[in-house]
Amino acid sequence: MATKGKVQFENVKAEETLVWLRAVTKQFPGNPLPTLDCVDYEIFPEKIHTILGFSGGGKSVTLKMILGLLKADSGQIRVLGQDMSKLEGNALNSLRRRFGMLFQGAALFDSLTVFDNVAFPLRECRKDWGEEKISLRVKELLDQVELDLAAQKMPSELSGGMKKRVAMARAIALEPDLLLFDEPTTGLDPVTSEIIDDLIVDTTRKLAAGALIISHNIHAALRISDFVSMIVDGKIIERGTPSQFVESEDPRVRRFLKSAGVL
Amino acid sequence: MSASRAILSKISEIGDFGLFVWAAVSQFFRKPHRFSLFIDELEFIGNQSLFIVSLTATFSGAVFAYQSWLAFAMVGTESLVGPSVALSLVRELAPVMTGLVVTGRAGAAMAAQLGIMRVTEQIDALEVMGISPIQYLVSPRVLAATIALPLLVALFGLIGNLGGYIVATYVCGVDPGIYVQKLKFYMDPWDFYHGMMKGVFFGFLLAAIGCYKGYHAKNGVAGVGKATNDAVVYSTVTILVLDYFLSVLLPTGNRTQ
Repeated sequence: MATKGKVQFENVKAEETLVWLRAVTKQFPGNPLPTLDCVDYEIFPEKIHTILGFSGGGKSVTLKMILGLLKADSGQIRVLGQDMSKLEGNALNSLRRRFGMLFQGAALFDSLTVFDNVAFPLRECRKDWGEEKISLRVKELLDQVELDLAAQKMPSELSGGMKKRVAMARAIALEPDLLLFDEPTTGLDPVTSEIIDDLIVDTTRKLAAGALIISHNIHAALRISDFVSMIVDGKIIERGTPSQFVESEDPRVRRFLKSAGVL
Repeated sequence: MSASRAILSKISEIGDFGLFVWAAVSQFFRKPHRFSLFIDELEFIGNQSLFIVSLTATFSGAVFAYQSWLAFAMVGTESLVGPSVALSLVRELAPVMTGLVVTGRAGAAMAAQLGIMRVTEQIDALEVMGISPIQYLVSPRVLAATIALPLLVALFGLIGNLGGYIVATYVCGVDPGIYVQKLKFYMDPWDFYHGMMKGVFFGFLLAAIGCYKGYHAKNGVAGVGKATNDAVVYSTVTILVLDYFLSVLLPTGNRTQ
């Protein structure tokens, strides 16, 4: 994968990765240009990957492709060893139970308490677990995100940062192999953002999972990621370790870095 | 958008609605069964509609009896107020009015609930957890409404007739014995069955339309408002149009059409 510090992504085999995209293209009806244009991408086990980019650049579409919420027009997508183009119904649902996803708005079920939100995937997917075992696991998870005292609160009573932490507890409840974060710190203050970022690092390391973060936050990306990429107009224009990314000579990357005060 | 594209878009939407309804029906019978969700929805659509349906039925029966009495009195046939009110209520007014009331109460709520879940990514969250949102959210609602509506229609018919009886006998002065005797003579159990069968169709459609509109809501809060509005308008029009065809096509027992 790496030679003399430079990562050679082109030669990576699907078996070495959790997610492997090759020449993935997606164009929506009515759009003159493809939203994703021949994208190659990989997510490695036990590594944190961040995709940066301008709004409308194709970041969220890439995420939805990996989740199987959108189908590619062409190209190959392999997730956890499975070909996404061939998966549907129960097979796709089984695969998705190995994902943990943190949505931009947390996506907590507003009719359920914090406890029931975290217990939800366990009650659905661990049918052999009794309520007592589920309760212990939920307490452990809420303790992990330091929200054990908020168990009986409703999502509407929580702050943005607390919602994200509950959503994080729910996302890792089934001990997933692949963690996906859609703009995890958008709309949060710098201190709360840092807490969420640290939580991402801790949980990824603890679960020995691979993680993909979709973000605008370049500072956090450079601080916590093993690999940083940038997508512009549906194309990955730069990929590498944080230090390689900062040294990029692509003018669009440099502009992005400059506007964020990194250069 | 040109007229032809608008028509094609509507045809495509109808096809999409058909697939959505098929998925909702077929997934209800697949494991894992969502029986507790179905009971919750039955309570919401049925039990929580009892008061509003009873109130509407009482006054619908009352006003219909009063207007019928005014008309029949002109030709001296006040004794026909009973069967006139009963037949109109159980065959037409009960299913249509119940359908419209439940559309306003539960159909709109379904569209709003699912719409909010869609725009706040809660439906996506279900999908990403490997749970079918159609099976979890739509199937229980559609089945519960299909079962609750005919029962509410029967209740509407009974209470509406009671309201009609009270107004006809106590306000208009129709003889109670003649009222009941004529009602028994002209009424047939099939009149009740006919109304309840309409209730099955109306319940199924109002829930399917409410869920479909909410499930496909987009563009944030404004989109949820539009979905809710569309659900009420589409369900109302569908119930009124379908009522005519069901009146003609559904069995009526020994009574000629």
